[in-house]
Amino acid sequence: MLDSSLPYTRRQFLNRSLVLISTIGTAPAFLSRSSLLLAAPAPASALAAGNVPGKDEGRILVVVQLSGGNDGLNTVIPCGFPAYYKLRPGIAVPEKQVLMLDDSSGGGIGIHPNMTALFEMIGNKRAAIIQGVGYPNPNHSHFASMDIWHSGVNLDEDQPVRAPHGTGWIGRALDSSPLKSDVCMDCIAIGSEAPPATRGRIVQPVAFERSDMFRWAGDSDEQLDAIYEQLQNEPADLAPSDSAAAFVFRTAMDAQVASDKVRKAVGRKNETTLPRSDLGRQLAAVANMIRAELPTRVYYVAMGGFDTHANQTGRQPNLLRDFSEAMAAFYRELDATGNGSRVVSVAFSEFGRRAAQNASQGTDHGEAGPVFIFGDHLALDITSGGGCGLIGQHPALDKLNDGNLAYQTDFRSVYSELLTNWMQLDAKAALGRAYPPLKLIRD
Amino acid sequence: MDKSLAPLPDADFGRPQARHLLRRTCFGATDWEVDQLVGLGTLGAVDRILAQLDAPDDWPDPDVDPDIIAPPTPEQRAMYVKARQDNDEQSLESLRRLQLIARQNDQQMIESMRRWQLRRFAGSTTPLRENLVLLWHDHFATRHRDIRDAFLLYQQNQLFRQHAADFAALARAIVHDPAMLRFLNNDRNVKRKPNENLARELMELFTLGEGNYTERDIREGARALTGYHVRDNDFVFEQRDHDDGRKTILGQTADFDGDSFVKLLLEQQACPRFVAGKIYKHFAFASDAPASRVVVERLARLIRQHQYDLRPVLRIFFAGRHFYDSDVVGRQFKSPVALVAGTIRSLDLPPRDVELLTNGLRLMGQVLFDPPSVAGWDGGPMWINTSTLFVRQNTAIYLVTGKYPSGDKPKLDQSDFDLTLSPALAEADSSAVSSNSSAIVDHYVNLLLGEHIPTARRAPLVTFLDKAGTQSQDLVQLLLLITAMPEYQLC
Repeated sequence: MLDSSLPYTRRQFLNRSLVLISTIGTAPAFLSRSSLLLAAPAPASALAAGNVPGKDEGRILVVVQLSGGNDGLNTVIPCGFPAYYKLRPGIAVPEKQVLMLDDSSGGGIGIHPNMTALFEMIGNKRAAIIQGVGYPNPNHSHFASMDIWHSGVNLDEDQPVRAPHGTGWIGRALDSSPLKSDVCMDCIAIGSEAPPATRGRIVQPVAFERSDMFRWAGDSDEQLDAIYEQLQNEPADLAPSDSAAAFVFRTAMDAQVASDKVRKAVGRKNETTLPRSDLGRQLAAVANMIRAELPTRVYYVAMGGFDTHANQTGRQPNLLRDFSEAMAAFYRELDATGNGSRVVSVAFSEFGRRAAQNASQGTDHGEAGPVFIFGDHLALDITSGGGCGLIGQHPALDKLNDGNLAYQTDFRSVYSELLTNWMQLDAKAALGRAYPPLKLIRD
Repeated sequence: MDKSLAPLPDADFGRPQARHLLRRTCFGATDWEVDQLVGLGTLGAVDRILAQLDAPDDWPDPDVDPDIIAPPTPEQRAMYVKARQDNDEQSLESLRRLQLIARQNDQQMIESMRRWQLRRFAGSTTPLRENLVLLWHDHFATRHRDIRDAFLLYQQNQLFRQHAADFAALARAIVHDPAMLRFLNNDRNVKRKPNENLARELMELFTLGEGNYTERDIREGARALTGYHVRDNDFVFEQRDHDDGRKTILGQTADFDGDSFVKLLLEQQACPRFVAGKIYKHFAFASDAPASRVVVERLARLIRQHQYDLRPVLRIFFAGRHFYDSDVVGRQFKSPVALVAGTIRSLDLPPRDVELLTNGLRLMGQVLFDPPSVAGWDGGPMWINTSTLFVRQNTAIYLVTGKYPSGDKPKLDQSDFDLTLSPALAEADSSAVSSNSSAIVDHYVNLLLGEHIPTARRAPLVTFLDKAGTQSQDLVQLLLLITAMPEYQLC
């Protein structure tokens, strides 16, 4: 990792990249650029892997974290089951308001009425819901359960893989890929702190809360900035033994390039109007970065507020609306810039909530919950009820696990599918063992 | 690279060497502190620093509450059992609420401990001892996230300080430390169902290192540690959970308990070598160069000879020629703590808003009392990536100017600078050097980066000052440029 390629300046670098882009024609910029600039050529098989007939190249994964533990039972609502209304006399959603997805006999499952935008996307076969996702020996602590979803490792399992030490499923998957961005921009996370999921041993995410903070703060003074830039250039006579300095100079250069690219991309106006919600703003930035062909394969965003212990009906419905509308607007924007089919998105929460409501018109920490998936490549023919948008069965209300919905799909099978069949990355390397991929992505 | 541990001749111990010594052992120092050491000669200077280890405690305790997380009272327990039986949602709810409040208070306590420890790193009169506390926190890494009882971590922190230079005492104490016992699940290690977690990490990460024990040693070691439990804030030995049968560990058969197991580990050849490697990495740098390996081997011999009393070992290490070799100076990646504490100490800055600084540490990847895992922080080049680099540079801007460049106010103009910032600056400002750009640049580059920085790297800064002037605000800008140089990430 301390190897540093030839010294180069920020401007030389930017110029070189432009030349390459212009010679490449229609190939997605990040693939070609990476393969051309890699010190050692990537194996042909790896290069070919991103190029599957019938599928768009330059595939991108967007991960949406719903922090706090979304109440899955008031999101994907089993309104056809009387037990639902018994468990939640004060906060249940009336059956006639539910946006019905599956009204087959013995069914009666729909989504919250505030999610009309999601309902429409499901109708257009552009979104689906995986029901009852969780893991064995669930942990009810926000921190601990979030750690498990990020790392992909639950140390309370019977035979856990080795402790992940701060790395996560996305970081490790990107670590194992021969195609890496030459400026360390494989993954971008919006947020002040890099999410553990995105950290690898080699690949580190670019993380920023606001793109205008992703820079040296002294750069507003032109004279100062000019000297600053000069000082970031690696001196030609650096001692060969000084690998530490070479590494910092190289990283400083990468940071400069990434900062320039990100701020230029995000500073542009979107083609369409995205909601001004927290998630809407983040996805507006992501859409712009995708449009600018950043050498980035995974984007990570998050919205919070789902920890609804009290007066849930005053809060969760707004969050569900924000989520659903932001996702729909994100895909409208991607379509408008011709990137709609390059992006699969997945949204998860660290746990679902208890099946029964509590005494404060809220719900406490629970277990299994729904996971949302978005994109043009969903294999919806395998969903139950013939393409109603629901994957798997709703967790049974009469078979609760000490008051909690039992999981039926391990979240790592969702990761495995996204890594293997969408990103064409090594899921086993990322997760420490093989989890059977769900069949979600169409061939 | 010079691999000798013979003391650097006094004639060779000048300002650059004193500065390097202070930076590596005490996070950083002002010119005044550097000058205090120069006349003492190499061993005299080292002894002056090592005297900190025997100095009395200089810092007030943090505001801690031993009962921040208390076990439920018998009444609460009875109330809970009854509420569960009766399906009494109301009572369960109020119990849950009590638990939630306790958790929130605990969270506040650990956050105030983070501020307290960072202030202490930056302001202590015994920074070497605090530096060793940081080393042991990294070595015996324990996470608040998992044990969620800040008071236990306070006790552990005191333990590291108390035995800062005595590894044998630390190793013996750690198997009695409630935070560690809880973190590695030894409170669930019982005769009828041993839990191997502590036994494994004790050998792999705390004393011997991988490859110096077998899986069987772990199983047998776990049996020795059975019954080493925790009651509220205290260690307790549960005789009925302890397996007092014979165990064979590392080829020795006896009726080991936790204490004799640790004693056996300390007797292994691998242990001094493992500890020497940690000390070398912390104070010199991460290196597997042949010379480094030789030095680690020599340190290991000294550790064995002095039975884990680290004072004489550190004395020889810090005075030895190897420590001052040009391939050692300026080659260590600063940890976030070293970056913040070092900037404050070198420029003699006011403490600023410590909450903002602990948040900065989080963004730089070093949350005190929450290392990423029992293996501690990766350290070295892992501190530096495209995101943390800007945070590190901008934290230095905040420290120097006192103004945090928030998104609402991205533009730094002169009215943002805190010009009353430090005696060091005021001194340079009014001193004879103040009219000469290159003298000013040398002064600050030496102070912040070191004498080893070549002239060519100083030249752009001289050009800047020539154009800008030498008023206070120009000097502040000069500091912003120096702290943004890639070399500032190293020491």
